[in-house]
Amino acid sequence: MTGGPKIQIRRVSKAFGAGARVMPALADVELDVAEREFVCLLGPSGCGKSTLLNIVAGFLSPTTGTVRVDGRPVTGPAPERGVVFQEYALFPWLTVTGNVEFGPVMQGRPAAERREVVARYLDLVGLRAHAHKFPAQLSGGMKQRVAIARALANTPAIVLMDEPFGALDAQTRETLQDELSRIQHLEHKTIVFVTHSIREAVYLADRIVVMTSVPGRVKQIFTVKLPEVRDRFAPEFTHYEAEITSVLREEVAKVRE
Amino acid sequence: MASLVSNVSTLVESGLRGPALAPRRALAFRLGAVAAFVALWSALAGLVVAFKLFNPIFLPGPWLVLGSLAELAAKGQLWAHVAATLERVAIGFGTGAALGVGLGLAAGHLRPVRDLVEPVVEMLRPIPPLAVLPLFIVWVGIGEPSKVGFITYATFFPIFLTTVTGVRQMDPVLLRAAQSLGARGFRLFVRVILPAALPDILTGLRLGVALAFFVIVISEFIAAEHGLGYLINDGRNFFLVPQMLGAAVVLGLLGYAGNGLVRLLERRLTRWQHPA
Amino acid sequence: MRTAATRPAALAAALAVWAVIAHGNALIGVVNPVLLPTPLEVGRVTVDLAGSGELPRHLLTSLGRVAQGFGLAALAALGLGLLVGFCVPLRLMLEPVIEFVRPIPPLAFLPMFLVWFGLGETSKIVFIGYTTFFPMFVAIAATVVRVDVVLLRAAASLGASRADLVRRVVLPAALPGIVVALRVGFGLALFVIVGAEFMGADAGLGHLIMEGRTFFNPAQIVMGALALGLLGSLFNTLLLAAERRLLRWRAAA
Repeated sequence: MTGGPKIQIRRVSKAFGAGARVMPALADVELDVAEREFVCLLGPSGCGKSTLLNIVAGFLSPTTGTVRVDGRPVTGPAPERGVVFQEYALFPWLTVTGNVEFGPVMQGRPAAERREVVARYLDLVGLRAHAHKFPAQLSGGMKQRVAIARALANTPAIVLMDEPFGALDAQTRETLQDELSRIQHLEHKTIVFVTHSIREAVYLADRIVVMTSVPGRVKQIFTVKLPEVRDRFAPEFTHYEAEITSVLREEVAKVRE
Repeated sequence: MASLVSNVSTLVESGLRGPALAPRRALAFRLGAVAAFVALWSALAGLVVAFKLFNPIFLPGPWLVLGSLAELAAKGQLWAHVAATLERVAIGFGTGAALGVGLGLAAGHLRPVRDLVEPVVEMLRPIPPLAVLPLFIVWVGIGEPSKVGFITYATFFPIFLTTVTGVRQMDPVLLRAAQSLGARGFRLFVRVILPAALPDILTGLRLGVALAFFVIVISEFIAAEHGLGYLINDGRNFFLVPQMLGAAVVLGLLGYAGNGLVRLLERRLTRWQHPA
Repeated sequence: MRTAATRPAALAAALAVWAVIAHGNALIGVVNPVLLPTPLEVGRVTVDLAGSGELPRHLLTSLGRVAQGFGLAALAALGLGLLVGFCVPLRLMLEPVIEFVRPIPPLAFLPMFLVWFGLGETSKIVFIGYTTFFPMFVAIAATVVRVDVVLLRAAASLGASRADLVRRVVLPAALPGIVVALRVGFGLALFVIVGAEFMGADAGLGHLIMEGRTFFNPAQIVMGALALGLLGSLFNTLLLAAERRLLRWRAAA
């Protein structure tokens, strides 16, 4: 473990548009994420949490402020920061195998090594049997698992996840939360996870960053002191949910005005 | 080639569309592009004359094209030709649209009508309307009815087909919702099915207008004494290329205006699709 | 509305309706029976022209023009379409010009092509090329521009360079749209070739149809029209099948 935080977000603000049509999305966000930490960004719709994630990913540049990873400023997307999208973003013309090995192909890894890596991560997400299918033949849950395998196969230090389970039904969602939890205990990545489900955040996160409504900034940070394997119905779990709900309710009310 | 493509930062931010331009700048760009095009055209035409590359009549400069149009306008002939073409398109399209929408609504909604009309449409659909033009001429002679009838025939199909699709492919959930709110029969048709089908119908109308302008020329080549198509083909006799180009441009403008009109209608009638 | 099962039935029904009307008319004489050829008469003309080698000759002439014109246009549309799709400044410059030229019906330029290139094959081929170029070019450029940003982002986070993005994301993602554009373009070529062969031509299906008018032989016109319909249907089916094979990954199992 190196000294200092893995991700440093300093005074980041973002505004879209120009002149009279300026739309502020983020204002003065300050956040540190430690190595191997699982941090959730939680907030009402439109609070800019996805924008913040996109900035950390390197897809957008902040209007002001900087994002540093391992001390170096972020200037664009890079394999050290893998991304999992809500819309899966699988390449429809490639099979599951083709998708998962995309990163290693970009890195120029030899075929034998790639085969190993693909096998390992497909096993990890339990999709080995579907290696030769195309994304169009998979269910939503399966697609997202492929997306996770694809991101992990590139051995990123950081995984950024933008409401990855948002498009799934409740059952699949909980199953994938369990799987993600299991995977994290094996892989120990630094994860930044955007969601608007309090339950999901309490289930998965080490720390929960509650954001204000637009323009988003950090409202409050909760440290979740629950055991590694969490029980959604334990009283401590529900206690966290209640506390965070009341904090969030203020911000949601502002959005509804 | 590499330098022509945007860099990775731009690609991941806004895709291949590129960053959005401010409206004033975009307009300036567009006008500039058109001006550059006209300038290039003039330059080429000028070069042909200056270096005697070939008979300049084959590549007249924009000033010659405008000149010939102005001449025709001054003689009072241009309007006669424009009017002739417009009249045929208007009547032909109007009839085709009325038939297409009318029959389409009936066929979409009522099974017996559909069973009656479907076979005939299925057989005629793959045949390019242009192929049928000589038949119209044989049947009705080379007067107005053949041209108008032909436009009607040509525009009927896309409008009929999109209307039927619009009626038949409306969201069944909407239908059930309306029925559970008490709508029945004729009122259901007028207040629910028709509005739901409207976007498709209007798309069909737009296609019909484009098709009408697309095919009117050929009928005016073959069997007319007036009209923009006639002007173009007539120009062949004396190599009046400026006239040919000019009439073509006017035709383009008319087609553009026609399309614009339908789009305007579309926006007004389906305002609910584009709020704000 | 249309299923595979109902189509032949619908066609058979249409044929029956036609036969009834035409033969009925021949009996009762509502209009001059020559004007309303029966299926039998059309069949006879077809056999005659096929036997004399006329029909195949004209058919092949038309197809040859379509193939060459479309081929040239497709190459140009691919090259320019991809270029314009990738290069934002180029696109911004060409877009307004295209908007200006596009509304002019291609058939309006036919006489000009006849003036420029004479009455031979060249003018027809150039005309087909011109007509099919614009819609294909516009569609291909649009398909490239529309490639989903999220795919580009995913690839970039996996380590793709600019060249990788072009080769391994944009091109495969644009392929379906490109294929559709080409298919539609080919259909358009078949659509207009008739018109191009009405004047200034002495061969081709369009010419054959026009002959039917000149010699007051509506049966020949109908034959030509049906031949074109069949040709169009056939190619459309073939191209759709090829498209489905090429883009196998699109269909859900």
